[in-house]
Amino acid sequence: MELFFIFVAIVLTQNFVLHYFLGICPFLGVSDEMEAAFGMGIATTFVMTLTAIITWNINNFILEGFGVEFLEYVSFILVIASLVQLVEMFLKKYVPELYQTLGIYLPLITTNCAVMGLALFMVLRDYNFVQSAIFGFGAGVGFTLALIIMAGIRSELMEDAIPEPFRGTGITLLTAGLLALAFMGFSGLVPV
Amino acid sequence: MLTDFIKGIWKENPVFVQVLGMCPTLAVTTSLINGLSMGLATTFVLVASGLAISALRKVIPDQVRIASFMIIIASFVTVVKLLFEAHIPTISTQLGPYLPLIVTNCIILGRQEAFASKEPVSRSLMDALGMGLGFAFALVVLGSVRELFYQGTIADVEILGSWYKSMIIMVQPAGAFISLSILVALFKKISSRG
Repeated sequence: MELFFIFVAIVLTQNFVLHYFLGICPFLGVSDEMEAAFGMGIATTFVMTLTAIITWNINNFILEGFGVEFLEYVSFILVIASLVQLVEMFLKKYVPELYQTLGIYLPLITTNCAVMGLALFMVLRDYNFVQSAIFGFGAGVGFTLALIIMAGIRSELMEDAIPEPFRGTGITLLTAGLLALAFMGFSGLVPV
Repeated sequence: MLTDFIKGIWKENPVFVQVLGMCPTLAVTTSLINGLSMGLATTFVLVASGLAISALRKVIPDQVRIASFMIIIASFVTVVKLLFEAHIPTISTQLGPYLPLIVTNCIILGRQEAFASKEPVSRSLMDALGMGLGFAFALVVLGSVRELFYQGTIADVEILGSWYKSMIIMVQPAGAFISLSILVALFKKISSRG
């Protein structure tokens, strides 16, 4: 039950994008088309789940084991960067069809603060191994959900008459604000 | 040289014009003080890593440059985090994980890639200072607006008087998105007229 709550919380009530403001750059930048948003979401979910699993081990066995917690940020960012590279090479060799679809989004994930944020939140909340894996996967699902909803709304928005200063970033942020407001409606789902 | 400095603050403002570094911009600007500390911390990392990378630009091999940049940036972020924890622990707790998240702030990597890795040290310093202060300026503006409409104060000084009922939405995520949206639109309006 507890694992289920972690999952629901991170997908709906504490959505990474709409509650913690993590991964806003791809959220505002990439999400114009449904298909692209979905591809980006899947690739990110994949990397996030792996990041959660690997950084948990690094944090518990290497950083805490040797008492070098101050290396946290340096080692996390290295893990994420090399993980993205590894995933890219693996897909290119063994699953070329998937690589074709996800290819262009993969390198962007390194600078997605949602991935780094995930690792930091995990350490901060003292999650155990299974909780971390669920948390990582859920964060990815929540990110994908937000990206897809936004892509859907934006494709409708393109036909509307928007006042000049609000075109582009302004209206996107306003939409995100209304979405965040809507997601607040989920807040009763998880006992605090 | 002066133009390198000025452009970051207004014409190419990282937040209002380039729309970079959105995560910390939205997350920590619940008050002026928080916005200011985040802005200054980011400026420090931007300047320090800009100097280091610009000085090392001929030594860093091209294939591994992104990874090298990330390690340099992450080291300076660790320095900032430890300094904050030691000297201003209350602000450090309030900023929480967003302080270490300066590592993935796209403004920092963006400036290294676009400027510091190609230009001499002195110009990179000006560019980093301008961008950093432009970022801090945006955070201070957004922080003041949100704090003012939340509880009628700016930097804990009462502005609107006791009749003002606090508006909790301003410190919640939705308020952050909506206030930034209006500020971006205002900025666009003002700069298109000038």
